[in-house]
Amino acid sequence: MKTVIKQLTEAFGPSGYETEVTALIQSMVKEHVDEVKTDVLGNLIAVKKGSPDGRKIMFAAHTDEIGLVITHIDDKGFLRFGTVGGVGISTLVGNRVRFAGGAVGAIYQEKGSWKELTIDKLYIDIGAENKEDAQKKVKLGEFGIFHREFEDLGVRLIAKSMDDRVGCAVLIEALKKIDAPKNTLYFVFTSQEEVGLRGARTAAYGIEPDLGIALDVTLTGDMPEARRMDVSLGRGAAIKVKDSSLIAHPKVKDLLVDLAEEKQIPYQMEVLDAGGTDAGAIHLTKTGVPSGAISIPTRYVHTPSEMVDIRDVEACVDLVVALADKDLTSI
Amino acid sequence: MRDLIRAEIEPYVQEVKTDALGNLIALKNPDAPGPRVMLAAHMDEVALMIVGIEGNGFLKFRPIGGVDPRVLVAKSVVVGSKKIPGVIGSKPIHLQKPPERERAFTMQELLIDIGAKNKEEAERLVKLGECAYFTTKYEEFGHGKVKAKALDDRVGCDLAIRLLKEDIALSLIVAFTVQEEVGLRGAGVATYQAKPDIALVLEGTTASDVPGTDEHKHATTVGSGPCITVIDRASIPHPPLVQELFAIAEEEGIKVQVRRNTAGGTDAGQIQLAEEGVKVATIAVPCRYIHSPVSVMSKDDYEGAFKLAKSYLNRLQEREASR
Repeated sequence: MKTVIKQLTEAFGPSGYETEVTALIQSMVKEHVDEVKTDVLGNLIAVKKGSPDGRKIMFAAHTDEIGLVITHIDDKGFLRFGTVGGVGISTLVGNRVRFAGGAVGAIYQEKGSWKELTIDKLYIDIGAENKEDAQKKVKLGEFGIFHREFEDLGVRLIAKSMDDRVGCAVLIEALKKIDAPKNTLYFVFTSQEEVGLRGARTAAYGIEPDLGIALDVTLTGDMPEARRMDVSLGRGAAIKVKDSSLIAHPKVKDLLVDLAEEKQIPYQMEVLDAGGTDAGAIHLTKTGVPSGAISIPTRYVHTPSEMVDIRDVEACVDLVVALADKDLTSI
Repeated sequence: MRDLIRAEIEPYVQEVKTDALGNLIALKNPDAPGPRVMLAAHMDEVALMIVGIEGNGFLKFRPIGGVDPRVLVAKSVVVGSKKIPGVIGSKPIHLQKPPERERAFTMQELLIDIGAKNKEEAERLVKLGECAYFTTKYEEFGHGKVKAKALDDRVGCDLAIRLLKEDIALSLIVAFTVQEEVGLRGAGVATYQAKPDIALVLEGTTASDVPGTDEHKHATTVGSGPCITVIDRASIPHPPLVQELFAIAEEEGIKVQVRRNTAGGTDAGQIQLAEEGVKVATIAVPCRYIHSPVSVMSKDDYEGAFKLAKSYLNRLQEREASR
């Protein structure tokens, strides 16, 4: 499982440009599912067929990560950039970025106070000597990501883009363990979540699921002087109550809790006051879809060093596997 | 606006209709095989809505879409269905207290003067809820520059009309959309009806190449060609389609630019999310002083946008023909 997480988190996939990630996932899942397809917005949809009395479950984990886009190359070869998704400016200075074409650069700031730092005052140095040199390495409009390696700290792991490659890893591990499920399972590796839950919306429109479940990271409150949040690393899968995009359908939330109790899967409840997941888009599809989310507790979300606990990740896998055979007639 | 476009395009299309939201949707070669291609441009412009009539016959208003109140003072407008001329008035400078002179007027402090004697006369001429528009006339000036109101997005409407008149065998849907400026509202329902495979959004976009701003903060530059959007707040246009447009520009020697600003949104945001998704791209003509009574664009940029869109359609048509 750690190997899968390492491979996924080291892949390149800012919003809209997720093909390297979807190709990797396709190679990992194709032997374990009945059908794999991609769609216009770049979603990868893997289907495992269930029995005739089962229902349709859409699981969604997003393949995209936050990133940057080159908006200007100056005469000296420095780059100016815009953000892709919710990038915190304080995470950028001194950081490294890698572009689609492979160029790597360091981000730094113009002179001035930290407090007044804005995106306009930051630039990327790709080691170019002038504009011409820079244009050989990068193109205007090219997308980039944080350039960071995966680190295995034992039970805890650090990587960029744990949000939401760890969710993708949960689905990949789960689908390998599931054999002949009761319900028909759509494992949707969605695009463009970070810029507005876009891939999940068009995928759900086509699938028309009976139940929607997002697998995504959530914040924790277990660090020094942290913002209050009753989710901690190592305490199990987080079952979502609400976030700003979704109020989990009460029956879906209860179903997940009952399932975790029954199978003795460690879990905790998640009440997130900011942020959304793909379930926010899924539940509003067509005439509405009962939806919820299984979240992976993660520290330092939207930085190059997102940390998860492998025991929580495994608990999430167990919960997805258990749901595959669950009778959904009560939903 | 819609009637004007309808009359202009009717001879060139097989079908044209107005939908429930007011979008004008025209179909050219609806039965042609191959991909259904949509061209979209919004008809609406930013404006002022009359929300009150004062005792002395002056009109109170609120903005429709993004209007900067600082550009409104002393501008001529036309109000409502009776096209009543008016002027946006404010407290004269000699009556302003020193602190008032230090700041710009807010929307609440401005009134439209339609020369009415009193409230009763004003009420006969204008109804609450009617809109006021800027009266700027289209003019060409400088070296191939154009000044006019509402270039955002009448320039896109014009490009779409011109493309419709071209000899194109593809199944073409042209959507002249409503209510873009208040939240991309028309485009989604237009797309739901039209069911395109590919959509090109034709826009007028903000240019900020004016003194006092650093080059890297210029969203676009007038005269540097049409811009191709790689990301804005509402969409990340389909990467292969964007790459194809850049490749066409290079091969055909069309000067293009990448929009530096990642804010703002176009109809592409709603179009791409219709049903199971649509491949979108946005081609925009840079316009200075957008959302004001007068904006400025370059005819070369406009011609570049036309050539780029036309070349794309030609190539798509050739690819389809060789299948």
